[in-house]
Amino acid sequence: MKRIISLLMENEPGALSRVVGLFSQRGYNIETLTVAPTEDASLSRLTLTTAGDDHKIEQITKHLNRLIDVVKLVDLTEGAHIERELMLVKVRATGAQRAEVKRCVDIFRGQIVDVTSSVYTIQITGASDKLDSFFQAVGEASIIEVVRSGVSGIARGEKILSL
Amino acid sequence: MEKLSGGDILIRSLAEEGVEYLFGYPGGAALHIYDAVFRQKAVQHILVRHEQAATHAADGYARSTGKVGTVLVTSGPGATNAITGIATAYMDSIPMVVISGQVMSDKIGEDAFQETDMVGVSRPIVKHSFLVRDASKIAETVKKAFYIASTGRPGPVVIDIPKDITNPVDKFDFDYPDKVKLRSYTPIAKGHTGQIKKAAQLLLQAKRPMIYAGGGVVQGNASEQLIELVRLLNAPCTNTLMGLGAYPGSDEKCVGMLGMHGTVEANMAMHHADVIFAVGARFDDRVTNTPSKFCPSAKIIHVDIDPASISKTVAADVPIVGAVDAVLDELLEIIKAEDAKPDEQALAQWWKQINEWRERYSITQTPRYETGGMLKPQEVVSALYEVTNGDAYICSDVGQHQMFAAQYYHYDKPRRWINSGGLGTMGFGLPAAMGVQMAHRDANVVCVTGEGSIQMCIQELSTCAQYNLPVKIICINNQALGMVRQWQDMQYDSRYSESLYEDSLPDFVKLMEAYGHVGMKVTKREELKQKLEECFAMKDKTVFMDIYVDPNEHVYPMHIAPEGSMRDMWLNKTERT
Repeated sequence: MKRIISLLMENEPGALSRVVGLFSQRGYNIETLTVAPTEDASLSRLTLTTAGDDHKIEQITKHLNRLIDVVKLVDLTEGAHIERELMLVKVRATGAQRAEVKRCVDIFRGQIVDVTSSVYTIQITGASDKLDSFFQAVGEASIIEVVRSGVSGIARGEKILSL
Repeated sequence: MEKLSGGDILIRSLAEEGVEYLFGYPGGAALHIYDAVFRQKAVQHILVRHEQAATHAADGYARSTGKVGTVLVTSGPGATNAITGIATAYMDSIPMVVISGQVMSDKIGEDAFQETDMVGVSRPIVKHSFLVRDASKIAETVKKAFYIASTGRPGPVVIDIPKDITNPVDKFDFDYPDKVKLRSYTPIAKGHTGQIKKAAQLLLQAKRPMIYAGGGVVQGNASEQLIELVRLLNAPCTNTLMGLGAYPGSDEKCVGMLGMHGTVEANMAMHHADVIFAVGARFDDRVTNTPSKFCPSAKIIHVDIDPASISKTVAADVPIVGAVDAVLDELLEIIKAEDAKPDEQALAQWWKQINEWRERYSITQTPRYETGGMLKPQEVVSALYEVTNGDAYICSDVGQHQMFAAQYYHYDKPRRWINSGGLGTMGFGLPAAMGVQMAHRDANVVCVTGEGSIQMCIQELSTCAQYNLPVKIICINNQALGMVRQWQDMQYDSRYSESLYEDSLPDFVKLMEAYGHVGMKVTKREELKQKLEECFAMKDKTVFMDIYVDPNEHVYPMHIAPEGSMRDMWLNKTERT
């Protein structure tokens, strides 16, 4: 099962490598990873997605918590949460295809952020499965290049991850 | 405020932490620090002959005293040579601070001479690490490092210091902090009272209870509480390899070590128990045999300071996260306040069963070896036990001799058995014994080793000479890498691939003499005890006893693996449980 683990860690050199190293060292897998500073300059927020049964996820969260640089951690998938990923995708768009692709982008509430005579560069945000289904809708054959940000997430309602 | 250079701040900080001995080896990037070492007296530096030995010696010092072992090495090869010892300490949760010199800050990343990314290389085998980028941060970093190394589940911490940070010209305010604050690190002390109550209920209702005590009881200084609990419950107690001495080995409630080379009675009792109280132990694969077959009818209570140890390999029914001494204190209070008492009748049955296993299988009652023919390694350990009155510090290397020393020497006190249990590091014994001897100058400190292990750190004989360390080296010489050979006998039709030396062993007696030590050779059973007594009578000498034993001897009992349960054991080369 896919899990979204979100954590606050010290914004120090080497902190990220400890988190990433833990996964390779213990044979866990990171599917996506995003990390950026927060409003508090001493903290970074890292969000990663991984897969595994409950036992494995419990071990992962315990080992992450053991890292001195990890200040606080939450498994967002344990409760109601919002998940977003940003994707930039270059799509071949010529002739009749141009209108078709445009329609598809509208349906997915995406934006065409760059245009040439033969290529649209499209920006789409949403949960990962929405981004996946865009490929099917637009047709995999017309896709030239894809870049995805990895998953970011936040809990719904009053629940927050802060110090 | 006092102004000091980075190097002086570092050494003064160590002194503030109460460091008596700094085990190390100098080199370019550490020279400013070594100059600071020279200019003071509070911290004594011990010059080893290889950085691996510095970490093992600090480790032995830490294991035998409970204090933090401290190491100083230079960058590059100095740092990488220390890695094996850091990994050894990490696997056994030993408090240690390792300071490594680093190339100049502005050279980092340029592949400078003797540059290694020490923080990167050591990352998977440290509890934490620091790269100091500013001399004004040295004191605070040392404070943090000692705090992290010695609290919670202890472990090694690396401080990597670029050379420019310690230069003698730049001076900084020195004010050693009293306290340390780490928002992301708050070691758990007390256990959850509700969980401890549940544990008390289970233990009082148990018909076949079993106490399984690990290295955490030794590290957590909780032996007294453990002894009280065992007596209160009238339950059998087994110690892990790391936990030997946590509960007195010669006490009748002790059923010996458990696991791969544990006693049959301990493993049988574990397998048939209805409640297992695991304390400061981690259900290591060398204990559990096949996890899915582990103790099928037992409810498991697991007390550990590290949440990640709980339910890692074997699921706990009652997990308790907390410091073992605090949890045991509370558990004892709760049990004493209870009206319910342990089920005497059921316990009498249980002890009857255990005593039957003992009579049938115990290695002390019926030796697992033939007493004729060549001298046997087990006899050597038994004789050592007698000659030292069971009261020596036994620092073991790794292999068959380690298992014999665990089985046939009975440890009645914690911190007397010093061995690399988790990592299984050959070469650990002699330097560890040096660290122990530094801390306990008048005690009998023994390195039990083999002719294989001793050659992995034999250069330290020179360190023993320099610091007059009267370590007694008991080399159980079977002229082969014994444990490798045993597995080759059992699983590879006795094809001894690279486990023999083909007459290339040195004359250890002459080698000792070259270092100014005493060497003794023993080949006959009749002379063993007398020679051992002669050896221990030489209070001020480093003595090496080269004791020739039967190369065909195997360590038994031994778990049948893979697919076996706790109770499935080889008793000797042909019989099994």
